[in-house]
Amino acid sequence: MKRYSAFAVAREALSYHTGWGRAWRAPEPKSRYDVVIVGAGGHGLATAYYLGKNFGITNVAVLEKGWLGGGNTGRNTTIIRSNYLQDSSAAIFEKARALYEGLSQDLNYNVMFSPRGCLMLAQTQSEVRGYQRTAHANALQGVQTEWVGPQRVKELVPIINIDGPRYPVLGGLWQARGGTARHDAVAWGYARACSAMGMDIIQQCEVTGVRREGGKVVGVDTSKGAIDCGKLGMVVAGHSGALAEMAGFRLPIESVALQALVSEPIKPCMDVVVMANTVHGYMSQSDKGEMVIGGGTDSFNNYTQRGSFHHIEHTLAALIETFPMVSRLKMLRQWGGIVDMTGDRSPILSKTPVEGIFINCGWGTGGFKAIPGSGWAFAELMAKGHAPLADDFSLDRFTEGRFIDESVAAGVAH
Amino acid sequence: MLILTCPCCGVTAEETEFAAGGEAHVKRFGPGASDEEFRDYIFARENPKGVHFERWRHANGCGKWFHAARCTITLEVFGTYSAQTTTPPKAICAAITAKRPGWTWRDFA
Ligand SMILES: Cc1cc2nc3c(=O)[nH]c(=O)nc-3n(C[C@H](O)[C@H](O)[C@H](O)COP(=O)(O)OP(=O)(O)OC[C@H]3O[C@@H](n4cnc5c(N)ncnc54)[C@H](O)[C@@H]3O)c2cc1C
Ligand SMILES: [Zn+2]
Repeated sequence: MKRYSAFAVAREALSYHTGWGRAWRAPEPKSRYDVVIVGAGGHGLATAYYLGKNFGITNVAVLEKGWLGGGNTGRNTTIIRSNYLQDSSAAIFEKARALYEGLSQDLNYNVMFSPRGCLMLAQTQSEVRGYQRTAHANALQGVQTEWVGPQRVKELVPIINIDGPRYPVLGGLWQARGGTARHDAVAWGYARACSAMGMDIIQQCEVTGVRREGGKVVGVDTSKGAIDCGKLGMVVAGHSGALAEMAGFRLPIESVALQALVSEPIKPCMDVVVMANTVHGYMSQSDKGEMVIGGGTDSFNNYTQRGSFHHIEHTLAALIETFPMVSRLKMLRQWGGIVDMTGDRSPILSKTPVEGIFINCGWGTGGFKAIPGSGWAFAELMAKGHAPLADDFSLDRFTEGRFIDESVAAGVAH
Repeated sequence: MLILTCPCCGVTAEETEFAAGGEAHVKRFGPGASDEEFRDYIFARENPKGVHFERWRHANGCGKWFHAARCTITLEVFGTYSAQTTTPPKAICAAITAKRPGWTWRDFA
């Protein structure tokens, strides 16, 4: 692997940039690995990376049925924040946000982390109380957030209409160190670093079965043949139910389509991320100038990767009151991803009923921001059997009634 | 767009006229049940990629609950039927078998 640097750009210029080579290898699978990770989204790749970096486990394969980052990691609106209510959530999301700050240097790959600030609008009295409570909770958790009034909101976001009439802006929860990152680059950066450690990232390799002996995992069947493994990590987001079924257990998860859309590119008009949960819309501006808009989730489970049409109208109708200029924009593209929703809207990082199988899923509508922290915690869980950041998110919380309830704190959880 | 026919009033309409009510035929567990049974009743779901039995309410119509059999990949509806059943009727199962030979769902298939 060639290191990327300003010097390298100059050096490669001498050969007209024809000498860069592939960023990661494209190997055929070996017959056995110590660890097999299913799913080359951000979470699967980050898990592999920290297995190697923090625990020296490098005989690892990451199997991906499609292309790298082609799941939700490449379909999301890239909002990064850590202003959650519950302590367990704040710990893992803040770890992730902090890791994002140094990720480009760590991976030697520009993930374009842009800590431009994230503002969650309060447009009802209950949201005012809810976010003030979150701001206090964050202060105790050591997560830097601040409750701001309507005038400060207007300063931060000049294009906003704070007067209503239906949903006036009453204030907001401001996390100055939140922001966005380039989604593809996060997957590519981790993939390149994993490949450099000698791990195999195998695309177009679908896992079709999980082989067990005596209650213990011994390998997987794939579209590229059988592969043995010591440990298996399932990190497949919306397809977790299908993978669990192959291994013979059920999950407290339902999969639904969540959509997003982008407008035509316009000149810079908004340099923060704004989320409006009451009207259910959120928006940021990409480096290309497109307004990136998050839409709704379907109310019934499905795997369409498209989402119901009426959500688009609903989302835009809601945004137009708060951002009147949106009414003049043409929308360019719309797409959907299959998100994995748990009962308490918190993720699952856990051992499973099958020895040697670990599962990382349930990030639902809001797991892009968690990728580095989730990989960090899940790698530790897979290497050592427990991990301080992951233990609260185990599957048995649903049996014990020990929920990590984030659904009340944020109606939508991006 | 998902289109459903309400078996209670016979109206065919698109999804915005209905409200989704989640998985159907979930066995209820109450006092005296084990923690695992109660967990499964509240949280564990089939969440299949394929044939799914589910509850709907004709919210902006007659207001009644009913059941539907639907494919979660294509959104094809195999049929709708009364909510007053604990298992899908034979005709519905036959309609599914005609289109998805070899389908499974708990012990119903
Ligand atoms: C429209 C939209 C907007 C979003 N906005 C935000 C946001 O603003 N901020 C935020 O933090 N989060 C957001 N999210 C959520 C975020 O995208 C996800 O939580 C996160 O990307 C999940 O990453 P992952 O690696 O777990 O899953 P994925 O990226 O989906 O990766 C799972 C991979 O597993 C593969 N796979 C599945 N089955 C198999 C199999 N049998 N064999 C082999 N491979 C398999 C899939 O092909 C896929 O590539 C959004 C999601 C969507 C859909
Ligand atoms: Zn009806």
